Parts: sequence; C-alpha cells; structure tokens
Amino acid sequence: MKALRFKRNIPRYAAAKIAGNIKPGSGASFGPIDLIQEESPKAPGEEWVRVRPRLSGICGSDLATVDGKSARYFEPLVSFPFTPGHEVVGDLDDDSRVVLEPVLSCTSRNISPTCNPCSQGKIGNCENVTLGEISPGIQTGSCHDTGGGWATEFYAHPSQLHSVPNEFSDEAAVMVEPTACGVHAALAAELPSEGVVAILGSGTLGQVTISALRHFTNPKTIISTARYPEQKRLAAELGSDIVVNPDEIHRAVRRACGTKAITNVSEKGPEGSVDRLTGGADVVIDCVGTSKSISDALSITKPKGKIILVGMPSIVELELTPLWHRELQLIGAYTYGTERLANGEAVNTFDLAFELVKSAKLEKLVSACYRLNNYQEALKHAANAGARGAFKIVFDLRDERERNIK
Amino acid sequence: MNNENKETSRPSPRPGFVLDVDRNTPPIVFHHGENFRLEKLPVGRSRVVYPSEPLEGLSDPEGAIKDALLNPLGDSEPLPSLLKPGMKLTIAFDDISLPLPPMRKPDIRQRIIEAVLDMAAEAGVDDVHLIAALALHRRMTEDELRHAVGDRVYDSFAPKGLLYNLDAEDPEGMIVLGETPHGEDVHFCRRAAESDLLIYVNINLVSMDGGHKSTATGLAGYTGLRHHHNVHTLRNSKSIMDKDNSALHASNWRMGDVIKDAGVKIFQIETTVNNNTFGREGPLALLQKREWEWTARDRGQFIAMQRGLDLLPVKTKRRIFGGWQSPYEMTSVQAGEVEAVHKRTIENVYAQQLVTVEGQTDILTMGLPYICPYNVNSIMNPILVMCLGLGYFFNLYKGKPLVREGGVLIMSHPTPWEFHPVHHPSYIDFFEQVLIETTDPIEIEKKYEKQFAEDEWYIHLYRNSYAYHGVHPFYMWYWGSHAMQHLGRIIIVGGDQKAVRRLGFQSASTLQDALEIATDVVGPQPTITHLKNPPIVMADVI
Repeated sequence: MKALRFKRNIPRYAAAKIAGNIKPGSGASFGPIDLIQEESPKAPGEEWVRVRPRLSGICGSDLATVDGKSARYFEPLVSFPFTPGHEVVGDLDDDSRVVLEPVLSCTSRNISPTCNPCSQGKIGNCENVTLGEISPGIQTGSCHDTGGGWATEFYAHPSQLHSVPNEFSDEAAVMVEPTACGVHAALAAELPSEGVVAILGSGTLGQVTISALRHFTNPKTIISTARYPEQKRLAAELGSDIVVNPDEIHRAVRRACGTKAITNVSEKGPEGSVDRLTGGADVVIDCVGTSKSISDALSITKPKGKIILVGMPSIVELELTPLWHRELQLIGAYTYGTERLANGEAVNTFDLAFELVKSAKLEKLVSACYRLNNYQEALKHAANAGARGAFKIVFDLRDERERNIK
Repeated sequence: MNNENKETSRPSPRPGFVLDVDRNTPPIVFHHGENFRLEKLPVGRSRVVYPSEPLEGLSDPEGAIKDALLNPLGDSEPLPSLLKPGMKLTIAFDDISLPLPPMRKPDIRQRIIEAVLDMAAEAGVDDVHLIAALALHRRMTEDELRHAVGDRVYDSFAPKGLLYNLDAEDPEGMIVLGETPHGEDVHFCRRAAESDLLIYVNINLVSMDGGHKSTATGLAGYTGLRHHHNVHTLRNSKSIMDKDNSALHASNWRMGDVIKDAGVKIFQIETTVNNNTFGREGPLALLQKREWEWTARDRGQFIAMQRGLDLLPVKTKRRIFGGWQSPYEMTSVQAGEVEAVHKRTIENVYAQQLVTVEGQTDILTMGLPYICPYNVNSIMNPILVMCLGLGYFFNLYKGKPLVREGGVLIMSHPTPWEFHPVHHPSYIDFFEQVLIETTDPIEIEKKYEKQFAEDEWYIHLYRNSYAYHGVHPFYMWYWGSHAMQHLGRIIIVGGDQKAVRRLGFQSASTLQDALEIATDVVGPQPTITHLKNPPIVMADVI
C-alpha cells in the first residue's frame, strides 16, 4: 500500500507550523507527514470493507493539520499515526463505486445501544468518538485503525458508504462529502423565507454552501465575500446575488438589509468607517473561521440573528460584547447527518448532497488532480487555491500501481 | 453696479490665447492632484489653451456692493425699499462648493451679507434667517460657515438658530411650490418660500452657476432635483456652462417661473471673481505664469516643489493644499431681478474666462488639480476625479466640445482608491456596488438611483453628520454622461490602475503611453489640445 502518513512528532509539527505560517501548504515539506509504502492494512472489524480510493480530496481541515494549525482540542480525538483523507470516492472489492461518509459514529464503532444523537441520525454529534472497537478518531482520516483516503486503500464500515449512481463522474462523486457539509450548514441556519444571508468566504466550502442555500432555502438575498476573480465568478453562478471583497461586506449587508450603520468615532480606523450595523443579515455563515471573519459576522448579523460556523476555527480572539448585546446565536455546523426540511421531512444529508452535486454540476469545482507522489505540490496548490483560480484539489489514485493489485 | 478698476502699476492683464506647440515650446505644467507633471507635447500638432491673466479686482468692494444694492438691475426696487419692519427676510448663500479653492478672508459672502444686514437693521427688520443653500451637498461645519459669513454674522445668528444649513430632507422644512409645464415638481425651502423677501448671495465662479439655478437647485431637495439632475437632461446640456444650450438651465429657469408665480420675491446678488487662483506672488504663483516666461528661479522653485511633494505622504500633501486659500478679487457685483442680474454676471464671467479656439481636436488633454466642488477639506475620490474631468472641465466650452465626437480625453490625476468616509459614504457604496456592475449612466439611473436616494442611513448622515446625500454620487456620474457619450476613449495618466479600471476608463503610466493608446481610436498623428486649467479657462469653439 502507498499512503501519506501523519505521525506524532512534536519537532516536525513545530517545523510545519513555522513553514505553514510563512507559506501556506509548506507544512508538507517539513512536517510529520510522509509518503510511505507498507503492507496492506488489516480490517478493524468483521463488517469492515476495503475501499480503494479513486479520487480523494484535500480540505481545509487537512491543510490545517499539515501546516500545524489544528487546535490541540483534537489531540485526544485522533489516534496516531493516521492517514488523512475523508473526501473519497472509491471502489469496493466487488468493483462497486462508493462515496465515503467519514464520520465514525456509534454504529461503526460497534457501540450498542447507540448514543442519543446517533439514534436520531445526527451522527456528527456522536458522543462516543473515543470509544468502541476502534481507536479514537472523529472521522476516517484521523483514526489509526481505519486508514484514510490519501492512500491506495483503507477500511470503511458499511454504514459509512453510499453507492454512486452511474451517471456520476468520479469528480462529481468526490464533491459529495464537502457538499454535504455545505448542505448541513445551509439548513442549520434555518433561514427564514425571504431572509438575507451572508456567506463569508468563497472557497469550496463557501461555494457549496451558496449552492445549497439557493437550492434548499428561499432567501431574498444571498451576499458572499470573495477575494479572487474566479471565486467571485463562481459564487455568482451558483446563486449569490451580491459578491463583494471581504472588506466590503459591512456595507454590502447594510445596503441589502436597508439598515443603518454605526460608524467609527474612535482612533481605530478612519473616522466614519462602518464599524457595525444596527440591524443586519438574518443569518451569517462563516466559511473562514478566523478572528476577523467571526468578528465581521458579529458586526453584520441582526439582533437575535444566527451565525453559523462552518469553517473550522482554531484559537481565535474575539470581542463577544455584540454576541451578548444583540442576543446573537453562534452555532457550529460540523459535518452532516439527518436534516429536517422546511416541510418537516427528515432526509439524510448525503442524499441531499448527491441531489445538489448533480443539479448544480458541482464537479466543476474539482480544479486539479495530483498523484500521491506529488503530495507536497498538491498541498501547496490546495493551500493557495483561491489565488491560483482553483477550488478543490484532489489526489488521483486511479492509476496508482498499488491500488490496482487485487 | 460698480465695475471700476483698481489703480495699479501692473501691466494690463493679457487675455487667454491658444499656443501652437513648436520646437521652442517648453514642457507644460499639468496639474496632477496634489502634485504636478511637466509634459512635452508633440510638436506641430499640439496646442495649449491658456487662461486669461487675472482681471483687476474692484478697488472698493464694499462701495461696489452698496452701489449694486441701491441700483438694482431689471424690474427690481433698490433693496432698502424692499425692507420693511415686521417682514420675514431670508438670506440664502452659496455653500462650501464655491469658490474653489476657498477664498481668503473676507469672503465675498461676508461682505455682502454684512451690507444687507446693515440695511435690514436700518429698516427695522428683525426676523432674519441665513441659510447655506447646499441642496444635497454636505452640511458646512462651524468653521466653514464662519469663514463664509464672518465671525460677527455667525456669532449674531448661529447661536439663536437663525443661521443654518439647508436640510432638504426635513419634511416640515420643505414644500412643493408647484409644477412646471413639463411636469417638474418645484421643491423648495419652506422658510424661503414663506418669507416676504428672499435674498440670494452668489459667487459665480463658472458660467454654470447662478441665475434661477441658485434658488431652484440650491434650496431644493431630491423631489425637485431629480427632474434636471438626470442623464437625459445632462446629455442634452451642451454645455452646462452655456445657459442657452443647457437643458439643465432650461429646467431651472422653468422652475424659476414657478417660484416667482408662487409669490416668492427674490432679490438676487451675484458676484464674479478674477483668475487670481494661485496669487501673483507666493509659492504657487508660477502656476499662473506661462512656462516660457519662467525665470531660472521659477524653474528651480518648481523642481524643488515637485520633488518635495514626491517625498511627502499623501495626507500631508492634502493638508498643505487643503490649506490654500485663493487671493481672489471680486471683479463685479450685480443685484436685483434674477435674469437681468445673471445676464450681466455671465458677461463678466466670460470676460475673464472665455478664449476663442478654432476647431475641434482629436485628443483633449487636461491636468486635474487637487480640488473640485465636492472635496473641499476632504478627499478627491475616483468618482470626483471623473466628475471634475468629464463633468466640469470637458464642459468648459461654448459652441461645440473642444474634442471631436469619438475623440479621446486624456486626464492626469493619481485617482487614489480612497474615500472620505464621513463626507462620501454613499460614494463608497456606489463604487463598490454600482460601478462593479455597470458604468452605463442610463442603467445606473434606472436600477440604483431610487435605492440610494431613499436609503435611510444616507439620509440620516446627510441630516445629522457631514455627508453628501445618498444620491449625490449618481449626480456626479450623470455630470459626466455627456462626455462619456461624446468620447471614443477616456484615459487617465498616473492613476491607480484598479480605480481607473473600476471607472471604466483606461490607465496609462505616462502621457506618451496615453497618446500612443489614443492612436488606436483616433489614428496616427492626431491633433492634440491641452486645456490649461486652472486658473479657469473656457473655450469658445468656433
């Protein structure tokens, strides 16, 4: 088997952090991740099946890990060494094509009875992520026993697998998992009909969230921020009514909501610049997860409005007075599970994601494919995707020799 | 009226003229925001339109003012006969946008208002309001008002609430006087309308100013202004500096009739100033000299100034230039009935500014200075750069535009992507939201004007802060719409490239590059005319 393996190695972790701070994506060259060749792994349990990835995506949380920027919060929730990769389309040994739903829930851990969230289909909220028959790991891609998608093979529990319809290309199929995150965020917002929603960030996550909002909700106006021309173009194509630069979001939301603004009267910034809004968007979905983006969200959400954090935040510094004063709701949106639609129907997030990928042709977000051997280049490309006019960067394992040995 | 000239040892001022550029012509000074460029124009096919030298100012301004008030023009009684005890008197005056740059103390408005108030006091008039007729411009600050009317007037009236800025969004303070035959609402300041006499105090810097426009525009709000501050009207004003060929003025004159028919009695006082913008002596005096007459000292001084400015931060440069007050001298004052007064005023403006130019040109060049009517004590943002070049300088013509239809306009200005957030909040939104989608004035007007005009936040800032009204950037854009329609290409030299692109124009690093780019539109060996302004020059193109 060929795989990228992430080990617990503090000095190299520190080196990755320094390198990642200098140039995003550079952690791959210095950090505790290596390309390895080893014997095929063993199944972690009887029911587990082997998956041979065809395409395996690189997501923001992967990059945070590679660049040493992940929160220490995750340390007890993962098991070293592990193989990253949780956005996967692959083949089973019977040659059927599957997409991985990577959350490791009570079912995959063989825990019975299942925890309360899992029993309701909300597997992202599983309360037993460190327990059961397998090592800790919130998802495939952070658990030592299962392996991960950045390898020519790994193991998955049948409850994690979704068959891929024939009409789906591999590129479309690999977009299902990130799309499910966007769908979950869009529906977690419980956006009122004819409401105004702002999406901060127009990377892959921002784009699929825009698409999900347009497809599954009924907003009056979708406003999004984007830094790069290609991000702006696609955001508009996928349904954003207004696309602005990140530093223009306050004014854009103000205009769309017809609200007033509170301008700066202190020495912080130029006098008269817009500090925050008196009203604001019904919902703000933060797909960036930085101090700046969350602060922006706090200043443009209307009183009693909701802020959904989809982008994985790490350690941030925030002025939380507006959260208190404006009685805002700050809500996390992690992965997926079961969604409740406006008509009350409960639907698996992945089913909605399949539907959305197909209708919005989200395979167009797959911008570049790399062989595993070129992982350093791939990770640098992914870390600088926006500037390079790209969105989703994936590993293409279809022609890897190790994968095709049965 | 008293137009008597000062006794002076200075030679008679020379009129403006057109210089044909030859091998001996030195580089020409182009204004370039808070700096200057020296540009060599192609020999044999370039010409420069130079402004007239400053006319002599009135030797006794106070005496001339008194004379004008006692000997009005047209169908008007002398001012003292119009002033009665117990009457309601309103004095409205031009705001911070005039003159440019602001003039040295005492401001003309102060001189006139003091004279009027003396007569009002003699007549026993004690119900007097003074109103800065700013329409949808930003409110003037206390310092700015003090500068315009003087400390004595300010201290007598402002503390009692009798000297104030017009609030054209005050529903109680504004009324609709009627409608013109063209269906235009005449929106007007209620206090002015309900006064027994409205005296308007004007500084007629350019021929666009004054006449019925003083009151019909200066004392109106959006309800009235939208009828003539629009693309259709501005595109049919050829030019806005030539009243008889200006749809903008025709509309204001129709409104003037409605104002008169509504019983509003107006006593109009108009003044003109000379071209002494930069002083006959002092650090900027060489900007009023013709380059081939520069002494070695002038040249050294210019180079030192240019290099010094290059080293200074923008904010410092802005502060230095913003502090410049022109030693303008009043060249005429006339009072009485609006149209009779204005006719004489325009003659006096033209006497200073009009220069005959034979034929149009393929390429018109201009150096844009650091100031326009809407950035006094503020920042010249990209929209204002557009408006100054395309709205004002392009329109400084009578007859036909200096540049032929389909020709190229080249403007020199740094065009920074920078806005004054207090003065121009809606400009920022206009730049971010509107121009990113379209630069077509018709489309902009149709899709966005109402939203901006009725935006509550902008209205709040206009009324309570120092912000131009939400609709004001639209008017700036419309001001340039005639030029945009007429020109084949617009190029900005030395501007911020992103900002220039957002305006829909082309960017060039040097004048030579710009001229090269222009040949794509006007062909090789084009004729070039440089409008050397300011001091202000207006072309009478024959």
